[in-house]
Amino acid sequence: MSDIPVTSLPHAIPHPRERMMSWVASVDHKQIGILYMTTAFFFFLCGGVEALLMRAQLAFPEEHFLSPGAYDQIFTMHGTTMVFLFGMPVLIGLANYLVPLMIGARDVAFPRLNAFSYWLLFFGGLMLYFSFFAGGAPNVGWFSYAPLSEKPFSTSPGIDYWALSLLVLGIGSVAAGINLIVTILTLRVKGMTIRRLPLFVWMTLVTSILIVMALPALNVDLVMLLIDRKLGGNFFAMAATGGSAILWQHFFWAFGHPEVYILALPAFGIISEVIPVFSRKAIFGYGYIAASTVAIGILSFAVWAHHMFAVGLGRPWDVAFAAGSMLIAIPTGVKIFNWIATMWGGSIRFTTSMLYAIGFLIFFTIGGLSGVTLAVFPIDWQVHDTYYIVAHLHYVLFGGTAFAVFAGLYYWFPKFTGRMLSERLGKWNFWLTVIGFNTTFMVQHALGILGMPRRAWTYPNLPYWGILNLISSIGAFILGIAILVLIVNIWVSLKHGERASDNPWGAWSLEWATSSPPPPENFEKVPPVRSRRPLWDLVHPDDPDWLHGNA
Amino acid sequence: MPINTPFIAASPQEQAISHLFIVVLCWMGVILLTVTGLVTYAIIRYRKKGEGEPRQIFGNTRLEWIWTLLPLALVCYFFVATLHTMAVSDPPTRGHSPDMLIIGHQWWWEVHYLKSGVVTANDVHFPVGVPTLVEFKSADVIHDWWVPELGPKIDLIPGHPNKLWIDVDKPGTYLGTCAQFCGAEHAWMRIRAIAQEPAQFDAWLKEQETIPPQPTSGPALAGLKLFKSLPCISCHTIEGLGPTPDAGPNLTHIATRETLGAGRLMNTPKNLAAWLKDPQKFKPGTQMPNLRLTNQQVNDLVAYLETLR
Ligand code: HEC
Ligand SMILES: [Cu+2]
Ligand SMILES: [Cu+2]
Repeated sequence: MSDIPVTSLPHAIPHPRERMMSWVASVDHKQIGILYMTTAFFFFLCGGVEALLMRAQLAFPEEHFLSPGAYDQIFTMHGTTMVFLFGMPVLIGLANYLVPLMIGARDVAFPRLNAFSYWLLFFGGLMLYFSFFAGGAPNVGWFSYAPLSEKPFSTSPGIDYWALSLLVLGIGSVAAGINLIVTILTLRVKGMTIRRLPLFVWMTLVTSILIVMALPALNVDLVMLLIDRKLGGNFFAMAATGGSAILWQHFFWAFGHPEVYILALPAFGIISEVIPVFSRKAIFGYGYIAASTVAIGILSFAVWAHHMFAVGLGRPWDVAFAAGSMLIAIPTGVKIFNWIATMWGGSIRFTTSMLYAIGFLIFFTIGGLSGVTLAVFPIDWQVHDTYYIVAHLHYVLFGGTAFAVFAGLYYWFPKFTGRMLSERLGKWNFWLTVIGFNTTFMVQHALGILGMPRRAWTYPNLPYWGILNLISSIGAFILGIAILVLIVNIWVSLKHGERASDNPWGAWSLEWATSSPPPPENFEKVPPVRSRRPLWDLVHPDDPDWLHGNA
Repeated sequence: MPINTPFIAASPQEQAISHLFIVVLCWMGVILLTVTGLVTYAIIRYRKKGEGEPRQIFGNTRLEWIWTLLPLALVCYFFVATLHTMAVSDPPTRGHSPDMLIIGHQWWWEVHYLKSGVVTANDVHFPVGVPTLVEFKSADVIHDWWVPELGPKIDLIPGHPNKLWIDVDKPGTYLGTCAQFCGAEHAWMRIRAIAQEPAQFDAWLKEQETIPPQPTSGPALAGLKLFKSLPCISCHTIEGLGPTPDAGPNLTHIATRETLGAGRLMNTPKNLAAWLKDPQKFKPGTQMPNLRLTNQQVNDLVAYLETLR
């Protein structure tokens, strides 16, 4: 790879006094990254409030705090928001900010397309939330199973808003995916070979390929639904005249399962950056982590029907998809062991970022293991669509993805803003999150095993249901307080936080070789890249990595 | 009230699943303990002690093989165990004609005993020790039949009938629920599976086959007349009255049922009256409208419905 021809890239940054305009009109990957992340964080708060409303309703049996109509809108919006307006944007935003820096580039490959992707997210999100004022939010779940989502059963305009805004978001995501792929493949600085890419970039590459391949399945599904609802088509609605309810599910999960990895792989990337730096050791088994990610990427397209074990697809299908789903546990396990091996023999610093990474190791493992029980499909025949699944998916997406995002936030915040987050508030934030998260979701495993279905607006007072739900609701509010502490921390640190040096953690990847925050052009001079850890090589000229055969 | 869980199996199908579940959970526990143990050891033993950088280690191929192959072996074992369990918990249904047909409605269950022609709702009676092949269909959206003690759950999908063997081996009442989100009252689409010894079951079936005599005097007669003149009769079937719609549960033997509104209320005269007065109060969104009946009308209707044994 050659140096990037700086002159050929569009000039991004207007005069600093035009603050507002400089954001709105920005095509700079760092500003767009920040926009992505703040938008995502805003929607995270919306989704969080929705979660608290649900937990308030479910705190006691047969409560009437919310009507079934309101509850259904709120749980649908919670799921949709957390997946499409928080999970994906925060990870795409992080990649947007970090990938060019990590590969020594000046910007992404297509800066204008990048801005376009972001604004699709912004307006797509607004459109989805506007439905609250336009006759009701969508109310048939983030999965919108047909035929419930079809005209004869749901006249709510919310579902049209849902389909349209997801279509808008989907187009933005595909564009972002293409942009990241091309950036990683073509804009690497001299010496940054594919085998020297930071693992975060590796994970982003595989994620982006998944986005480009999986999102179109959702997009066509949405178009078919809209044709059914608006133009009187019949892809999914009436079985008697050839519509197929199962067809919707195939398309949805052909997207939906890779989506899980779209949300998980970048998290793996964050963990693979944070753990080595705070253990003061090179990542253990770099090649195996990268290769196992590719394996996960491929397998993720061969497991979707494990969401459909109760549909009655037929024995051969169930068996094949069970096999795929079980296999995917292996490359995931490989990663966990490599991360632990990275810590082994290290000199571990317990910063808030590292604490979140350690939390990730434990809680993601719990989510992964309960996932294996689901791949064993006779067990899934019991716990499918119960609170056991709610617990499982939150261990994966909160204990996994969100914990990793927080680890990344504490780690890269100094780079983004030039200021450190407070470690004292950080510890409070971390421990409250751990307590709140586990109190909320651990008991939900038990609720599922005691027969409680998910997506139910209320429940009868059966043995233990009341008390377990109450515990879960209390946990949710503790989690809410933890997030408040995080907000305070960000707020206070932005104003008064300790100034960050270029490389406050003594890290080794290229983003730490420039100032905090980086100048518009990213680097004055990119240090030579002769191994996976260019900054280690700079500091340790006596013992550079490339002497160890890691060139 | 007994707890309701897949671990207390009441059928050979569920016995197999619950056994597999426990075995897999034990293995998961072992792995979790290993991972937590390793992490705990690492954070205690390798916490920062001095300023110097530790020795850099970049990987170890032998270890990579170990933690790839051991889990692979475990997964292969799970796969074989899965195939075994599946053969027991979901035996083949092809070539058998179903004994029962269960149709999911928003938000109640229509139950047909195909050999005798009996139609009922929500309370589902099974003979103990007699394998029953049930066919599942849907009248509107996707629902899902789930009674934890009795075995696998199964979706009720429009245009895609499913079949499942249900073979209860212990008498008792087993609570279940619709598990697939099916709209506003998904929460109150509950199942009451009642397993009876064959003799009792046959007696129950006999009772359901005979049409109760029509009342000839008093409030019950007034109730019967009301039932025919109000819209009730356009949604509910009562054998002997003529039309047989299925927009609402079949009420031919409503007084013999244990619950009302798919498990929403226990079936007492008081609850029945309250339900008729305003079903929306108990199941907001239910397909049965509030017909704004007077107290007198409600009392007469209850008097009539209570004769339907
Ligand atoms: C528009 C159709 C409709 C009309 C009219 C109607 N019902 Fe219903 N009824 C239903 C439906 C649907 C249910 C099931 C409700 C549920 O569980 O969600 C039901 C439930 C019931 C139940 C409880 C049955 C059970 O097994 O749980 C009774 C009793 C009943 N109706 C009586 C009446 C009477 C008496 C009238 C006339 C005053 C009447 N219904 C009018 C549709 C109707
Ligand atoms: Cu249902
Ligand atoms: Cu349901």
